[in-house]
Amino acid sequence: MASATVRHLIKEGLWKNNPGLVQLLGLCPLLAVTATTVNGLGLGIATTLTLIISNTIVSLIRNVVTSAIRIPVYVLVIASTVTAIELILGAWFYDLYKTLGIFIPLIVTNCAIIGRAEAFASKNTIPLAFIDGLAMGAGFTAVLVVLGTMREVLGRGTIFSGAHMLFGDAARDLQITLSGDYSGFLVAILPPGAFLGLGLLLAIKNIIDKRMEKRASTVREFPVTFHPAAGK
Amino acid sequence: MKFQVDSSPHLAPVNDVGHVMRQVLLALLPGIAVATWYFGWGVLINLWLATLLAVAFEAGVLALRRRPIRPVIGDWSAVVTAWLLVLALPPLAPWWLLTIGVFFAIVVAKQLYGGLGYNPFNPAMIGYVVLLISFPAAMTNWVAPTTIADVHLGLLDSLRVTFTGALPAGIGWDAITTATPLDAVRSGLRQGETISEIQNSIAFGLLAGEGWEWMALAFAAGGLWMLRRGIIDWRTPTAVLGTLAALSAVFWLVDAEHYASPIQHLLGGGAMLGAFFIATDPVSGSTTPTGRLIFGAGVGLLTFVIRSWGGYPDAIAFAVLLMNMAAPTIDAYTRPRVYGEDSRP
Repeated sequence: MASATVRHLIKEGLWKNNPGLVQLLGLCPLLAVTATTVNGLGLGIATTLTLIISNTIVSLIRNVVTSAIRIPVYVLVIASTVTAIELILGAWFYDLYKTLGIFIPLIVTNCAIIGRAEAFASKNTIPLAFIDGLAMGAGFTAVLVVLGTMREVLGRGTIFSGAHMLFGDAARDLQITLSGDYSGFLVAILPPGAFLGLGLLLAIKNIIDKRMEKRASTVREFPVTFHPAAGK
Repeated sequence: MKFQVDSSPHLAPVNDVGHVMRQVLLALLPGIAVATWYFGWGVLINLWLATLLAVAFEAGVLALRRRPIRPVIGDWSAVVTAWLLVLALPPLAPWWLLTIGVFFAIVVAKQLYGGLGYNPFNPAMIGYVVLLISFPAAMTNWVAPTTIADVHLGLLDSLRVTFTGALPAGIGWDAITTATPLDAVRSGLRQGETISEIQNSIAFGLLAGEGWEWMALAFAAGGLWMLRRGIIDWRTPTAVLGTLAALSAVFWLVDAEHYASPIQHLLGGGAMLGAFFIATDPVSGSTTPTGRLIFGAGVGLLTFVIRSWGGYPDAIAFAVLLMNMAAPTIDAYTRPRVYGEDSRP
Protein backbone atom coordinates (compact mmCIF):
# COMPACT_ATOMS: atom_id res chain seq x y z
CA MET A 1 0.00 0.00 0.00
CA ALA A 2 1.17 3.44 -0.84
CA SER A 3 2.51 5.56 1.94
CA ALA A 4 0.60 8.52 0.51
CA THR A 5 -2.68 6.71 1.23
CA VAL A 6 -1.56 5.99 4.76
CA ARG A 7 -0.54 9.58 5.32
CA HIS A 8 -3.90 10.68 3.91
CA LEU A 9 -5.79 8.33 6.26
CA ILE A 10 -3.87 9.55 9.30
CA LYS A 11 -4.45 13.19 8.38
CA GLU A 12 -8.17 12.49 7.91
CA GLY A 13 -8.52 10.78 11.29
CA LEU A 14 -6.49 13.23 13.32
CA TRP A 15 -7.62 16.49 11.80
CA LYS A 16 -9.57 16.87 8.55
CA ASN A 17 -12.30 14.35 9.34
CA ASN A 18 -11.85 14.05 13.11
CA PRO A 19 -14.78 12.06 14.58
CA GLY A 20 -15.09 14.43 17.56
CA LEU A 21 -14.58 17.79 15.90
CA VAL A 22 -15.75 17.37 12.31
CA GLN A 23 -18.08 14.38 12.06
CA LEU A 24 -19.40 15.22 15.56
CA LEU A 25 -20.03 11.52 16.16
CA GLY A 26 -19.98 9.82 19.54
CA LEU A 27 -20.84 13.04 21.33
CA CYS A 28 -22.59 11.24 24.18
CA PRO A 29 -19.43 9.69 25.70
CA LEU A 30 -17.37 12.66 24.52
CA LEU A 31 -19.44 15.04 26.62
CA ALA A 32 -20.23 12.72 29.50
CA VAL A 33 -16.87 11.28 30.58
CA THR A 34 -14.49 14.16 29.94
CA ALA A 35 -14.60 15.62 33.45
CA THR A 36 -10.94 14.63 33.88
CA THR A 37 -7.98 13.92 31.60
CA VAL A 38 -7.64 10.32 32.75
CA ASN A 39 -11.30 9.48 32.17
CA GLY A 40 -11.05 10.93 28.68
CA LEU A 41 -7.84 9.04 27.93
CA GLY A 42 -9.28 5.78 29.31
CA LEU A 43 -12.40 5.94 27.22
CA GLY A 44 -10.40 7.12 24.22
CA ILE A 45 -8.09 4.09 24.37
CA ALA A 46 -11.06 1.72 24.78
CA THR A 47 -12.79 3.31 21.78
CA THR A 48 -9.63 3.18 19.68
CA LEU A 49 -9.17 -0.52 20.43
CA THR A 50 -12.78 -1.16 19.46
CA LEU A 51 -12.37 0.79 16.24
CA ILE A 52 -9.19 -1.07 15.25
CA ILE A 53 -10.61 -4.53 15.98
CA SER A 54 -14.05 -3.93 14.45
CA ASN A 55 -12.56 -2.26 11.36
CA THR A 56 -10.18 -5.18 10.84
CA ILE A 57 -12.87 -7.83 11.27
CA VAL A 58 -15.37 -6.00 9.08
CA SER A 59 -12.76 -5.65 6.36
CA LEU A 60 -11.87 -9.34 6.74
CA ILE A 61 -15.45 -10.48 6.15
CA ARG A 62 -16.39 -7.78 3.63
CA ASN A 63 -16.59 -10.21 0.73
CA VAL A 64 -18.69 -12.75 2.66
CA VAL A 65 -21.39 -10.53 4.12
CA THR A 66 -24.18 -9.61 1.72
CA SER A 67 -25.28 -6.03 1.74
CA ALA A 68 -28.81 -6.90 2.94
CA ILE A 69 -27.65 -8.12 6.32
CA ARG A 70 -24.48 -6.07 6.69
CA ILE A 71 -25.71 -3.70 9.43
CA PRO A 72 -26.76 -6.46 11.91
CA VAL A 73 -23.45 -8.21 11.23
CA TYR A 74 -21.46 -5.02 11.91
CA VAL A 75 -23.41 -4.48 15.12
CA LEU A 76 -22.66 -8.06 16.21
CA VAL A 77 -18.96 -7.60 15.49
CA ILE A 78 -18.81 -4.29 17.36
CA ALA A 79 -20.87 -5.55 20.31
CA SER A 80 -18.66 -8.63 20.73
CA THR A 81 -15.53 -6.47 20.59
CA VAL A 82 -16.89 -4.06 23.19
CA THR A 83 -17.95 -6.91 25.45
CA ALA A 84 -14.43 -8.31 25.34
CA ILE A 85 -12.91 -4.90 26.08
CA GLU A 86 -15.34 -4.36 28.94
CA LEU A 87 -14.27 -7.68 30.47
CA ILE A 88 -10.61 -6.73 30.09
CA LEU A 89 -11.16 -3.38 31.78
CA GLY A 90 -13.12 -5.04 34.57
CA ALA A 91 -10.31 -7.52 35.11
CA TRP A 92 -7.24 -5.26 35.01
CA PHE A 93 -8.43 -1.67 35.37
CA TYR A 94 -11.22 -2.09 37.90
CA ASP A 95 -11.16 1.51 39.25
CA LEU A 96 -11.35 2.96 35.75
CA TYR A 97 -14.04 0.42 34.89
CA LYS A 98 -16.13 1.66 37.82
CA THR A 99 -15.53 5.34 37.00
CA LEU A 100 -16.45 5.05 33.32
CA GLY A 101 -19.42 2.85 34.23
CA ILE A 102 -22.15 2.65 31.62
CA PHE A 103 -20.07 4.48 29.01
CA ILE A 104 -17.93 1.40 28.31
CA PRO A 105 -20.84 -0.78 27.10
CA LEU A 106 -22.21 2.32 25.37
CA ILE A 107 -19.17 2.34 23.06
CA VAL A 108 -21.32 -0.05 21.00
CA THR A 109 -23.65 2.81 20.19
CA ASN A 110 -20.85 5.23 19.29
CA CYS A 111 -21.82 6.15 15.73
CA ALA A 112 -18.20 6.77 14.82
CA ILE A 113 -17.53 3.03 15.00
CA ILE A 114 -20.37 1.73 12.86
CA GLY A 115 -19.79 4.76 10.64
CA ARG A 116 -16.21 3.69 9.91
CA ALA A 117 -17.31 0.07 9.42
CA GLU A 118 -19.91 1.08 6.86
CA ALA A 119 -18.07 3.92 5.15
CA PHE A 120 -14.51 2.62 5.09
CA ALA A 121 -13.75 -0.86 6.42
CA SER A 122 -16.39 -2.64 4.31
CA LYS A 123 -14.81 -1.26 1.12
CA ASN A 124 -11.09 -1.44 1.81
CA THR A 125 -8.31 -3.91 2.44
CA ILE A 126 -7.41 -5.10 5.93
CA PRO A 127 -4.24 -3.00 6.41
CA LEU A 128 -6.00 0.16 5.30
CA ALA A 129 -8.99 -0.56 7.55
CA PHE A 130 -6.60 -1.16 10.45
CA ILE A 131 -4.84 2.15 9.90
CA ASP A 132 -8.14 3.98 9.47
CA GLY A 133 -9.37 2.60 12.81
CA LEU A 134 -6.13 3.62 14.48
CA ALA A 135 -6.19 7.14 13.02
CA MET A 136 -9.87 7.76 13.76
CA GLY A 137 -9.46 6.38 17.29
CA ALA A 138 -6.41 8.54 17.89
CA GLY A 139 -8.29 11.62 16.67
CA PHE A 140 -11.21 10.84 18.95
CA THR A 141 -8.87 10.18 21.89
CA ALA A 142 -7.06 13.47 21.30
CA VAL A 143 -10.32 15.41 21.53
CA LEU A 144 -11.34 13.52 24.69
CA VAL A 145 -7.97 14.24 26.33
CA VAL A 146 -7.90 17.93 25.39
CA LEU A 147 -11.48 18.49 26.53
CA GLY A 148 -10.89 16.47 29.71
CA THR A 149 -7.76 18.47 30.53
CA MET A 150 -9.52 21.79 29.93
CA ARG A 151 -12.41 20.83 32.20
CA GLU A 152 -10.19 19.31 34.89
CA VAL A 153 -7.90 22.35 35.07
CA LEU A 154 -10.81 24.79 35.31
CA GLY A 155 -13.04 22.65 37.48
CA ARG A 156 -10.56 21.22 39.97
CA GLY A 157 -7.22 22.91 39.39
CA THR A 158 -5.48 19.58 38.72
CA ILE A 159 -4.18 17.55 35.78
CA PHE A 160 -3.97 13.74 35.69
CA SER A 161 -5.91 13.19 38.89
CA GLY A 162 -6.67 9.48 39.18
CA ALA A 163 -3.82 8.53 36.86
CA HIS A 164 -3.30 5.36 38.93
CA MET A 165 -6.56 4.00 37.49
CA LEU A 166 -4.89 3.75 34.12
CA PHE A 167 -1.17 3.37 34.80
CA GLY A 168 -1.04 1.58 38.15
CA ASP A 169 -0.08 2.82 41.60
CA ALA A 170 3.30 4.14 40.47
CA ALA A 171 1.48 6.84 38.52
CA ARG A 172 -0.08 8.48 41.56
CA ASP A 173 2.67 11.11 41.49
CA LEU A 174 1.66 12.12 37.98
CA GLN A 175 -1.08 14.31 39.36
CA ILE A 176 -0.22 17.98 39.00
CA THR A 177 -1.99 20.37 41.35
CA LEU A 178 -1.89 23.84 39.89
CA SER A 179 -3.02 25.71 42.98
CA GLY A 180 -3.50 24.45 46.49
CA ASP A 181 -6.50 26.53 47.62
CA TYR A 182 -8.40 26.53 44.33
CA SER A 183 -12.08 26.08 45.13
CA GLY A 184 -12.93 24.90 41.64
CA PHE A 185 -15.08 26.33 38.88
CA LEU A 186 -17.76 23.66 39.14
CA VAL A 187 -19.61 24.53 35.97
CA ALA A 188 -16.61 23.23 33.99
CA ILE A 189 -17.09 19.75 35.44
CA LEU A 190 -20.89 19.83 35.17
CA PRO A 191 -22.61 19.06 31.83
CA PRO A 192 -22.74 22.72 30.66
CA GLY A 193 -18.94 22.80 30.85
CA ALA A 194 -18.76 19.90 28.39
CA PHE A 195 -20.89 21.72 25.83
CA LEU A 196 -19.08 25.04 26.31
CA GLY A 197 -15.70 23.31 26.08
CA LEU A 198 -16.58 21.39 22.91
CA GLY A 199 -17.98 24.58 21.38
CA LEU A 200 -14.72 26.38 22.08
CA LEU A 201 -12.66 23.52 20.60
CA LEU A 202 -14.79 23.58 17.43
CA ALA A 203 -14.33 27.33 17.17
CA ILE A 204 -10.56 27.04 17.62
CA LYS A 205 -10.38 24.32 14.95
CA ASN A 206 -12.38 26.47 12.54
CA ILE A 207 -10.07 29.43 13.14
CA ILE A 208 -6.98 27.30 12.48
CA ASP A 209 -8.56 25.84 9.33
CA LYS A 210 -9.41 29.30 8.05
CA ARG A 211 -5.89 30.59 8.69
CA MET A 212 -4.38 27.57 6.91
CA GLU A 213 -6.72 28.00 3.96
CA LYS A 214 -5.79 31.66 3.72
CA ARG A 215 -2.10 30.86 3.75
CA ALA A 216 -2.60 28.16 1.11
CA SER A 217 -4.50 30.53 -1.17
CA THR A 218 -1.86 33.25 -0.76
CA VAL A 219 0.76 30.81 -1.84
CA ARG A 220 -1.35 29.83 -4.87
CA GLU A 221 -1.91 33.44 -5.86
CA PHE A 222 1.74 34.39 -5.63
CA PRO A 223 3.77 31.31 -6.49
CA VAL A 224 7.46 31.65 -5.85
CA THR A 225 8.37 31.38 -9.54
CA PHE A 226 6.56 34.62 -10.30
CA HIS A 227 8.21 36.45 -7.45
CA PRO A 228 10.09 39.43 -8.85
CA ALA A 229 13.12 38.49 -6.77
CA ALA A 230 13.02 34.86 -7.83
CA GLY A 231 14.68 35.27 -11.20
CA LYS A 232 17.73 37.12 -9.91
CA MET B 1 -62.46 57.13 8.45
CA LYS B 2 -60.77 60.30 9.57
CA PHE B 3 -57.24 60.68 10.85
CA GLN B 4 -56.87 63.41 13.36
CA VAL B 5 -53.75 65.42 12.70
CA ASP B 6 -52.76 68.06 15.21
CA SER B 7 -51.04 71.22 14.12
CA SER B 8 -47.27 71.32 13.90
CA PRO B 9 -44.64 70.96 15.28
CA HIS B 10 -44.71 67.16 14.94
CA LEU B 11 -42.06 65.62 17.16
CA ALA B 12 -41.15 62.00 16.70
CA PRO B 13 -40.83 60.15 20.00
CA VAL B 14 -37.29 59.25 20.95
CA ASN B 15 -37.42 55.50 21.22
CA ASP B 16 -34.04 54.00 20.45
CA VAL B 17 -32.51 51.19 22.50
CA GLY B 18 -30.29 53.53 24.51
CA HIS B 19 -33.29 55.62 25.53
CA VAL B 20 -35.19 52.57 26.78
CA MET B 21 -32.16 51.16 28.58
CA ARG B 22 -31.47 54.45 30.37
CA GLN B 23 -35.07 54.50 31.63
CA VAL B 24 -34.69 50.91 32.87
CA LEU B 25 -31.61 52.03 34.81
CA LEU B 26 -33.56 54.97 36.24
CA ALA B 27 -36.36 52.61 37.29
CA LEU B 28 -33.82 50.47 39.15
CA LEU B 29 -32.57 53.41 41.24
CA PRO B 30 -35.18 53.28 44.04
CA GLY B 31 -34.49 49.59 44.55
CA ILE B 32 -30.73 50.23 44.54
CA ALA B 33 -31.15 53.00 47.10
CA VAL B 34 -33.09 50.70 49.44
CA ALA B 35 -30.60 47.87 48.88
CA THR B 36 -27.71 50.19 49.76
CA TRP B 37 -29.53 51.40 52.88
CA TYR B 38 -30.08 47.87 54.14
CA PHE B 39 -27.04 46.00 52.82
CA GLY B 40 -24.34 48.67 52.89
CA TRP B 41 -21.60 49.94 50.60
CA GLY B 42 -21.07 46.54 49.00
CA VAL B 43 -24.04 47.11 46.66
CA LEU B 44 -22.58 50.34 45.26
CA ILE B 45 -19.06 48.93 44.99
CA ASN B 46 -20.39 45.92 43.07
CA LEU B 47 -22.47 48.12 40.77
CA TRP B 48 -19.44 50.29 39.98
CA LEU B 49 -17.11 47.34 39.43
CA ALA B 50 -19.63 45.34 37.37
CA THR B 51 -20.40 48.35 35.15
CA LEU B 52 -16.69 48.83 34.40
CA LEU B 53 -16.22 45.11 33.73
CA ALA B 54 -19.31 44.85 31.52
CA VAL B 55 -18.31 47.81 29.34
CA ALA B 56 -14.72 46.53 29.14
CA PHE B 57 -15.77 42.99 28.16
CA GLU B 58 -18.29 44.29 25.64
CA ALA B 59 -15.71 46.60 24.05
CA GLY B 60 -13.12 43.80 24.05
CA VAL B 61 -15.37 41.30 22.28
CA LEU B 62 -16.57 43.89 19.78
CA ALA B 63 -12.96 44.72 18.97
CA LEU B 64 -12.25 41.01 18.45
CA ARG B 65 -15.33 40.70 16.23
CA ARG B 66 -14.26 43.85 14.35
CA ARG B 67 -17.58 45.53 15.03
CA PRO B 68 -18.10 49.23 15.78
CA ILE B 69 -17.69 49.70 19.53
CA ARG B 70 -19.13 53.11 20.27
CA PRO B 71 -22.79 52.60 19.22
CA VAL B 72 -23.05 49.29 21.08
CA ILE B 73 -21.54 50.65 24.29
CA GLY B 74 -23.78 53.68 23.85
CA ASP B 75 -26.98 51.62 23.97
CA TRP B 76 -26.40 51.00 27.71
CA SER B 77 -27.57 47.38 27.46
CA ALA B 78 -24.31 46.08 28.99
CA VAL B 79 -24.85 48.37 31.97
CA VAL B 80 -28.41 47.10 32.45
CA THR B 81 -27.13 43.50 32.37
CA ALA B 82 -24.39 44.35 34.89
CA TRP B 83 -26.81 46.05 37.28
CA LEU B 84 -29.37 43.24 37.14
CA LEU B 85 -26.63 40.70 37.82
CA VAL B 86 -25.28 42.69 40.76
CA LEU B 87 -28.74 43.06 42.31
CA ALA B 88 -29.01 39.27 42.34
CA LEU B 89 -25.54 38.74 43.92
CA PRO B 90 -24.55 38.95 47.58
CA PRO B 91 -23.54 42.56 48.36
CA LEU B 92 -20.00 41.74 49.52
CA ALA B 93 -19.24 39.38 46.64
CA PRO B 94 -15.48 39.18 45.92
CA TRP B 95 -14.15 40.82 42.75
CA TRP B 96 -13.37 37.54 40.99
CA LEU B 97 -16.95 36.35 41.46
CA LEU B 98 -18.21 39.52 39.76
CA THR B 99 -15.63 39.17 37.00
CA ILE B 100 -16.63 35.60 36.17
CA GLY B 101 -20.34 36.46 36.37
CA VAL B 102 -20.04 39.50 34.11
CA PHE B 103 -17.79 37.56 31.71
CA PHE B 104 -20.38 34.81 31.27
CA ALA B 105 -23.22 37.33 31.01
CA ILE B 106 -21.62 39.64 28.45
CA VAL B 107 -19.13 37.50 26.56
CA VAL B 108 -20.72 34.04 26.56
CA ALA B 109 -24.47 34.65 26.89
CA LYS B 110 -24.64 37.85 24.84
CA GLN B 111 -21.76 38.43 22.42
CA LEU B 112 -20.95 34.82 21.47
CA TYR B 113 -24.56 34.47 20.33
CA GLY B 114 -24.23 37.61 18.22
CA GLY B 115 -24.86 40.53 20.56
CA LEU B 116 -27.98 42.34 21.70
CA GLY B 117 -31.07 41.00 19.97
CA TYR B 118 -29.60 37.58 19.21
CA ASN B 119 -29.21 36.16 22.71
CA PRO B 120 -31.70 33.35 23.40
CA PHE B 121 -31.15 33.63 27.15
CA ASN B 122 -31.24 36.56 29.53
CA PRO B 123 -27.52 37.39 29.93
CA ALA B 124 -27.71 38.56 33.55
CA MET B 125 -29.47 35.36 34.59
CA ILE B 126 -26.90 33.19 32.78
CA GLY B 127 -24.15 34.98 34.70
CA TYR B 128 -26.05 34.47 37.95
CA VAL B 129 -26.78 30.77 37.38
CA VAL B 130 -23.18 30.00 36.35
CA LEU B 131 -22.02 31.53 39.64
CA LEU B 132 -24.76 29.84 41.66
CA ILE B 133 -23.92 26.34 40.48
CA SER B 134 -20.15 26.91 40.44
CA PHE B 135 -19.55 28.70 43.73
CA PRO B 136 -22.41 27.77 46.09
CA ALA B 137 -20.47 28.79 49.20
CA ALA B 138 -19.56 32.30 48.03
CA MET B 139 -23.08 32.83 46.70
CA THR B 140 -24.76 32.20 50.05
CA ASN B 141 -22.60 34.70 52.00
CA TRP B 142 -25.47 37.16 52.07
CA VAL B 143 -24.90 40.30 54.16
CA ALA B 144 -27.25 40.82 57.10
CA PRO B 145 -29.45 43.94 56.90
CA THR B 146 -27.73 46.86 58.65
CA THR B 147 -30.79 47.42 60.81
CA ILE B 148 -30.32 44.13 62.63
CA ALA B 149 -26.59 43.44 62.19
CA ASP B 150 -24.17 44.02 65.07
CA VAL B 151 -21.32 45.09 62.83
CA HIS B 152 -21.34 47.68 60.08
CA LEU B 153 -18.64 47.86 57.46
CA GLY B 154 -17.61 51.31 56.23
CA LEU B 155 -16.71 52.15 52.64
CA LEU B 156 -13.01 51.34 53.02
CA ASP B 157 -13.66 48.08 54.85
CA SER B 158 -16.19 47.06 52.20
CA LEU B 159 -13.71 47.83 49.43
CA ARG B 160 -11.09 45.74 51.22
CA VAL B 161 -13.50 42.81 51.53
CA THR B 162 -14.42 43.01 47.84
CA PHE B 163 -10.86 43.16 46.57
CA THR B 164 -8.86 41.13 49.10
CA GLY B 165 -11.51 39.06 50.86
CA ALA B 166 -10.02 40.14 54.20
CA LEU B 167 -12.50 41.11 56.90
CA PRO B 168 -11.53 43.72 59.52
CA ALA B 169 -9.73 42.22 62.51
CA GLY B 170 -11.96 40.45 65.00
CA ILE B 171 -14.93 40.01 62.67
CA GLY B 172 -15.86 36.70 61.09
CA TRP B 173 -18.17 36.11 58.15
CA ASP B 174 -20.78 34.85 60.61
CA ALA B 175 -21.01 38.27 62.22
CA ILE B 176 -22.00 40.09 59.07
CA THR B 177 -23.84 37.47 57.02
CA THR B 178 -27.17 35.76 57.45
CA ALA B 179 -29.51 33.50 55.53
CA THR B 180 -31.82 35.22 53.06
CA PRO B 181 -35.49 35.02 54.09
CA LEU B 182 -36.29 32.36 51.49
CA ASP B 183 -33.20 30.40 52.51
CA ALA B 184 -34.30 30.59 56.16
CA VAL B 185 -37.78 29.34 55.23
CA ARG B 186 -36.32 26.48 53.26
CA SER B 187 -33.80 25.28 55.83
CA GLY B 188 -36.31 25.82 58.67
CA LEU B 189 -38.91 23.64 56.96
CA ARG B 190 -36.27 20.97 56.38
CA GLN B 191 -35.49 20.90 60.08
CA GLY B 192 -39.15 20.31 60.83
CA GLU B 193 -40.03 23.83 61.97
CA THR B 194 -43.32 25.42 61.00
CA ILE B 195 -43.66 28.63 59.02
CA SER B 196 -44.87 30.59 62.04
CA GLU B 197 -41.87 29.46 64.11
CA ILE B 198 -39.48 30.43 61.33
CA GLN B 199 -41.04 33.81 60.80
CA ASN B 200 -40.81 34.66 64.49
CA SER B 201 -37.22 35.68 63.93
CA ILE B 202 -36.33 39.37 63.86
CA ALA B 203 -34.85 38.89 60.39
CA PHE B 204 -38.36 38.57 58.97
CA GLY B 205 -39.27 42.21 59.57
CA LEU B 206 -42.82 43.34 59.11
CA LEU B 207 -43.98 41.30 56.14
CA ALA B 208 -41.48 39.05 54.44
CA GLY B 209 -37.92 39.83 55.53
CA GLU B 210 -36.11 42.81 57.06
CA GLY B 211 -34.90 44.97 54.20
CA TRP B 212 -36.07 42.53 51.53
CA GLU B 213 -39.69 43.62 51.71
CA TRP B 214 -38.81 47.28 51.12
CA MET B 215 -36.36 46.41 48.39
CA ALA B 216 -39.08 44.39 46.63
CA LEU B 217 -41.58 47.24 46.98
CA ALA B 218 -39.04 49.71 45.59
CA PHE B 219 -38.42 47.46 42.57
CA ALA B 220 -42.19 47.17 42.13
CA ALA B 221 -42.47 50.97 42.22
CA GLY B 222 -39.77 51.26 39.56
CA GLY B 223 -41.56 48.60 37.52
CA LEU B 224 -44.89 50.41 37.73
CA TRP B 225 -43.17 53.60 36.57
CA MET B 226 -41.82 51.70 33.55
CA LEU B 227 -45.34 50.41 32.87
CA ARG B 228 -46.68 53.98 32.95
CA ARG B 229 -43.97 55.09 30.54
CA GLY B 230 -44.88 52.25 28.21
CA ILE B 231 -41.41 50.67 28.37
CA ILE B 232 -42.70 47.27 29.43
CA ASP B 233 -45.98 45.50 28.76
CA TRP B 234 -48.34 44.83 31.69
CA ARG B 235 -48.92 41.23 30.69
CA THR B 236 -45.60 39.64 31.67
CA PRO B 237 -45.28 41.01 35.24
CA THR B 238 -48.98 40.50 35.90
CA ALA B 239 -48.80 36.89 34.79
CA VAL B 240 -45.61 36.19 36.78
CA LEU B 241 -46.84 37.74 40.02
CA GLY B 242 -50.44 36.56 39.56
CA THR B 243 -49.45 32.93 39.01
CA LEU B 244 -46.96 32.96 41.86
CA ALA B 245 -49.48 34.59 44.23
CA ALA B 246 -52.37 32.32 43.21
CA LEU B 247 -50.38 29.09 43.50
CA SER B 248 -48.79 30.01 46.81
CA ALA B 249 -52.20 31.17 48.14
CA VAL B 250 -53.77 27.79 47.35
CA PHE B 251 -51.04 25.83 49.13
CA TRP B 252 -50.85 28.33 51.98
CA LEU B 253 -54.62 28.15 52.60
CA VAL B 254 -54.48 24.37 52.65
CA ASP B 255 -51.42 24.08 54.90
CA ALA B 256 -50.20 27.40 56.31
CA GLU B 257 -47.59 25.73 58.51
CA HIS B 258 -45.64 24.11 55.71
CA TYR B 259 -46.06 26.50 52.79
CA ALA B 260 -44.91 30.13 52.84
CA SER B 261 -47.58 32.80 52.39
CA PRO B 262 -48.11 34.62 49.07
CA ILE B 263 -46.65 37.76 50.68
CA GLN B 264 -43.49 35.84 51.55
CA HIS B 265 -43.24 34.64 47.96
CA LEU B 266 -43.88 38.06 46.41
CA LEU B 267 -41.80 40.24 48.74
CA GLY B 268 -39.25 37.88 50.34
CA GLY B 269 -37.02 37.18 47.34
CA GLY B 270 -36.36 38.15 43.77
CA ALA B 271 -39.98 38.00 42.53
CA MET B 272 -40.48 41.75 41.98
CA LEU B 273 -37.09 42.30 40.36
CA GLY B 274 -37.68 39.21 38.21
CA ALA B 275 -41.24 40.02 37.20
CA PHE B 276 -40.68 43.67 36.22
CA PHE B 277 -37.05 43.76 35.06
CA ILE B 278 -35.97 40.26 34.01
CA ALA B 279 -38.99 38.41 32.62
CA THR B 280 -39.86 41.51 30.54
CA ASP B 281 -36.60 41.30 28.57
CA PRO B 282 -37.81 41.90 25.00
CA VAL B 283 -35.02 39.81 23.46
CA SER B 284 -35.14 36.54 25.39
CA GLY B 285 -38.81 36.60 26.47
CA SER B 286 -42.03 36.19 24.51
CA THR B 287 -43.17 39.12 22.42
CA THR B 288 -46.73 38.33 21.36
CA PRO B 289 -49.56 39.51 23.68
CA THR B 290 -50.86 36.01 24.48
CA GLY B 291 -47.31 34.71 24.51
CA ARG B 292 -46.35 37.17 27.24
CA LEU B 293 -49.18 35.89 29.43
CA ILE B 294 -48.10 32.27 28.91
CA PHE B 295 -44.42 33.12 29.37
CA GLY B 296 -45.13 35.03 32.60
CA ALA B 297 -47.38 32.29 33.95
CA GLY B 298 -44.65 29.75 33.22
CA VAL B 299 -42.10 31.81 35.11
CA GLY B 300 -44.46 32.13 38.09
CA LEU B 301 -45.29 28.41 38.08
CA LEU B 302 -41.67 27.25 37.81
CA THR B 303 -40.59 29.74 40.49
CA PHE B 304 -43.16 28.37 42.92
CA VAL B 305 -42.38 24.75 42.11
CA ILE B 306 -38.60 25.14 42.46
CA ARG B 307 -38.88 27.27 45.61
CA SER B 308 -41.25 24.79 47.28
CA TRP B 309 -39.84 21.43 46.21
CA GLY B 310 -36.60 22.11 44.35
CA GLY B 311 -32.96 22.31 45.34
CA TYR B 312 -32.59 26.10 45.62
CA PRO B 313 -34.24 28.68 47.90
CA ASP B 314 -34.98 31.19 45.13
CA ALA B 315 -35.77 30.25 41.57
CA ILE B 316 -36.46 33.33 39.46
CA ALA B 317 -33.27 32.82 37.45
CA PHE B 318 -33.93 29.14 36.69
CA ALA B 319 -37.57 29.84 35.89
CA VAL B 320 -36.70 32.67 33.50
CA LEU B 321 -34.00 30.63 31.73
CA LEU B 322 -36.28 27.61 31.33
CA MET B 323 -39.02 29.79 29.90
CA ASN B 324 -36.46 31.53 27.62
CA MET B 325 -36.01 28.13 25.97
CA ALA B 326 -39.75 27.90 25.43
CA ALA B 327 -40.23 31.49 24.24
CA PRO B 328 -39.67 30.91 20.48
CA THR B 329 -42.20 28.05 20.48
CA ILE B 330 -44.71 30.10 22.47
CA ASP B 331 -44.31 32.98 20.04
CA ALA B 332 -44.77 30.70 17.04
CA TYR B 333 -48.10 29.41 18.36
CA THR B 334 -49.47 32.72 19.62
CA ARG B 335 -48.62 34.92 16.64
CA PRO B 336 -51.52 37.35 16.27
CA ARG B 337 -53.56 36.88 13.10
CA VAL B 338 -52.95 39.58 10.53
CA TYR B 339 -56.23 41.30 9.58
CA GLY B 340 -57.70 39.46 6.61
CA GLU B 341 -55.48 36.38 7.06
CA ASP B 342 -57.20 32.99 6.92
CA SER B 343 -58.03 31.99 10.49
CA ARG B 344 -57.50 28.31 9.70
CA PRO B 345 -53.81 27.50 9.95
